[in-house]
Amino acid sequence: MSDHAITKTHGGRTVETKLFGFWIYVMSDCILFAVLFATYAVLSHSYAGGPTSKEIVDLPGVLVETLALLVSSFTYGLAVLSLHAQRKFRVLLWLGITFVLGALFVGLEASEFSSLIQNGNGLTRSAFLSAFFALVGTHGLHVTTGLLWMLVLAAKVAKDGLTKNNGTRIMLLSLFWHFLDIVWVGVFTIVYLLGSIS
Amino acid sequence: MPAFGGMIFLVLLILVLVTVFKKWSYVWNEWFTSVDHKRIGVMYIIVAIVMGIRGFADAVLMRSQLAMAYGANQGYLPPEHYDQIFSGHGVIMIFFVAMPFVIGLMNYAVPLQIGARDVSFPFMNNLSFWLFFAGVVLMNLSLGIGEFAKTGWVAYPPLSEPAYSPGVGVDYYIWALELSGAGTLMTGINFFVTILKERAPGMKLMKMPVFTWTALGTNMLIIGAFPILTVLLLLLALDRYVGTHFFTNAAGGNMMLYVNLFWAWGHPEVYILVLPAFGVFSEVAATFSGKRLFGYTSMIYATMAITVISYLVWLHHFFTMGAGGNVNSVFSISTMIIAIPTGVKIFNWIFTMYRGRVRLTTPMLWMLGFIVTFVIGGMSGVMLSIPGADFVLHNSQFLIAHFHNTIIGGTVFGAIAGYTYWFPKAFGVRLNEKLGKSAFWFFITGFYTVFVPLYVLGFMGMTRRINHYDNPAWRFPNYIAAFGIVLLGISVALLVAQLVWSIYKRKEYRVTGDPWDGRTLEWSVSSPPPPYNFPVIPHVTDIDPYWGAKREARQEVKHAEYHDIHMPKNTPSGFFIGVSAVLFGFGMIWYIWWLAIPGFAASILFLIIETTRDETGYHITADEVAQIEKERAATPQESEA
Repeated sequence: MSDHAITKTHGGRTVETKLFGFWIYVMSDCILFAVLFATYAVLSHSYAGGPTSKEIVDLPGVLVETLALLVSSFTYGLAVLSLHAQRKFRVLLWLGITFVLGALFVGLEASEFSSLIQNGNGLTRSAFLSAFFALVGTHGLHVTTGLLWMLVLAAKVAKDGLTKNNGTRIMLLSLFWHFLDIVWVGVFTIVYLLGSIS
Repeated sequence: MPAFGGMIFLVLLILVLVTVFKKWSYVWNEWFTSVDHKRIGVMYIIVAIVMGIRGFADAVLMRSQLAMAYGANQGYLPPEHYDQIFSGHGVIMIFFVAMPFVIGLMNYAVPLQIGARDVSFPFMNNLSFWLFFAGVVLMNLSLGIGEFAKTGWVAYPPLSEPAYSPGVGVDYYIWALELSGAGTLMTGINFFVTILKERAPGMKLMKMPVFTWTALGTNMLIIGAFPILTVLLLLLALDRYVGTHFFTNAAGGNMMLYVNLFWAWGHPEVYILVLPAFGVFSEVAATFSGKRLFGYTSMIYATMAITVISYLVWLHHFFTMGAGGNVNSVFSISTMIIAIPTGVKIFNWIFTMYRGRVRLTTPMLWMLGFIVTFVIGGMSGVMLSIPGADFVLHNSQFLIAHFHNTIIGGTVFGAIAGYTYWFPKAFGVRLNEKLGKSAFWFFITGFYTVFVPLYVLGFMGMTRRINHYDNPAWRFPNYIAAFGIVLLGISVALLVAQLVWSIYKRKEYRVTGDPWDGRTLEWSVSSPPPPYNFPVIPHVTDIDPYWGAKREARQEVKHAEYHDIHMPKNTPSGFFIGVSAVLFGFGMIWYIWWLAIPGFAASILFLIIETTRDETGYHITADEVAQIEKERAATPQESEA
């Protein structure tokens, strides 16, 4: 990843160390999601007389959600390319588009949740729904955190430009954002696709 | 209540003293906001010692209750109080004594051992400490405001569900552990990266000191295990706050899921605690035998084998749950297998002493006590790993004796050995040997006097977590155990006396950088080390780099070789985030949303402020380095007594 990787930062710590440290954090987050997936797997048929997964999955809605998130990963990639080209305006533009797509994802998920709750299928209805909300919701909270981070980062870039530190920050958020994309692929497959046929 | 009053009084007394002696700016600038791994390590250990005394007081209460509460005599602790005491004792000893002690030792020793100036992420290290401390604060508030969990330290549902634990006790448990657990996870990431990325040139992985290796294993376990605890407690919190059905009896919940996840974290946790102790003993054995550690390579492989296998044994904590013979067999065998690498280590330590020039210093005594005690604890563990035997012994006093045998014999002995071993490095003052040795002898006799009767009581059918009994046969062993706790109390008093006396006599007890004739890099710098640790980053060619350098009488570096050293700047953000976290946690526990929400928001805000700052460092110039080194070389030296 360009010359960033080898230059020393203020702290004498290389950018590479920061990226490595963040990778390790992401791995620990993987475990966090693994636990939620396991919980979902254990409780996924504990309907307790409530709706089954087939009855609550809205595939077309989820398709739009998924596309929004996958495209946002692509647009974030374009932001990183613009970073390497040192084009500040383009970085901000792509970050902005990524933000909108991410917000769309969160918004769609929130509306899915609220319609479930309004139909009496909230997270207290059955163990299955508890696990469903926990897994999907934790991913959604991660995306929301990523959006907050993106806002702060964009403000910082707009103020100071593409400094070395800001470049590192963009790379770290990039890792986080792509990671959430991968987790979503798991959620989409296990919760929604498998859920719609079981 | 008197206990809480005493604690408040103590805190107030400290605050007044700091104010009277006008030390606030010192405490704030040199400690609270410090990002120096040495300062943070010392703070961790101070908290661990204070909490250790509290946890020990709980033990005294339990043992004296059980010495009295037979037949018509109900003792002085009613069940709802006794239940809080054993839950608090477990939580405190594991999370707020053993964890901070080993993390403190890692903080202090690891960067020095690998020839680094600090950890990879110094601010995050400070933040870890304050999040951990936020957990400590909540834990201690539960002593006076409300109550603590009555569920045992594992908080199994459905007992920990709101239907059966309606009070705030379990909520204190959840948020104290959630906050300190977040700090621990950050520590894990920080030290994993530090060990892999900050080693001095030439220090290949297979040349790392063994303590650093065990710290690496511990941090791998933290990274892999602590997210499980974080999720688990959040799910329990959802059950309690929102009314979800993860672990309830009703609506399809599955409490066995909780038990599995708890121990999927809990068993690695055991090794998180004991691996650094193994590391300490490896350093102690080599140093005080005047010999290279026997079987360095096998020690490393054994450490890594334990690290991996420790993830694969969790089910042995609940053979009685009914997973079936096949599943129980798998976990029984994996449990027995983990005894093999541990046995390798035991032999390595013994062979290190064999034909060495053994010096029976205090750390060495703890090491010898450890070998005997830990082997006994390990063997009773192998007994428990047999499902058939476990069906009889599960949740009995035998189990209590077993895990105290390993945790005290392993982690606590290791922590005290490490504390005695590195104390002269940290403060330039050694601890009094005579008091230290008497503390050891009282401790080990006290330990066996308490816990051998518990093995017997286990066979006699006495279960854990009872505050009263009617079986006359149980009385005598309980008397002996109560006598043992008196001996342990004397030992604790001696340890405190040792510290106080050594501080009082600090002028006489001054030492050089290398009071033990050490082998690894931390002994090559002055005691206490300068803020930058190493004026010149050493080049490493050997497993015992400093030992080799001393033998070859290599010359110290000259002034001309010094360069400007870049240092990270102190920051108050970690402290502020910790304070916000306490407000958040307290608000959550008492359902005070107007406190919890701003607390949470404030901690995020402080985090954003800290992470968006760009300038965080300063330089110590080459001339200043030369000046500091000259002064340190000139300090009056050691009277080896």
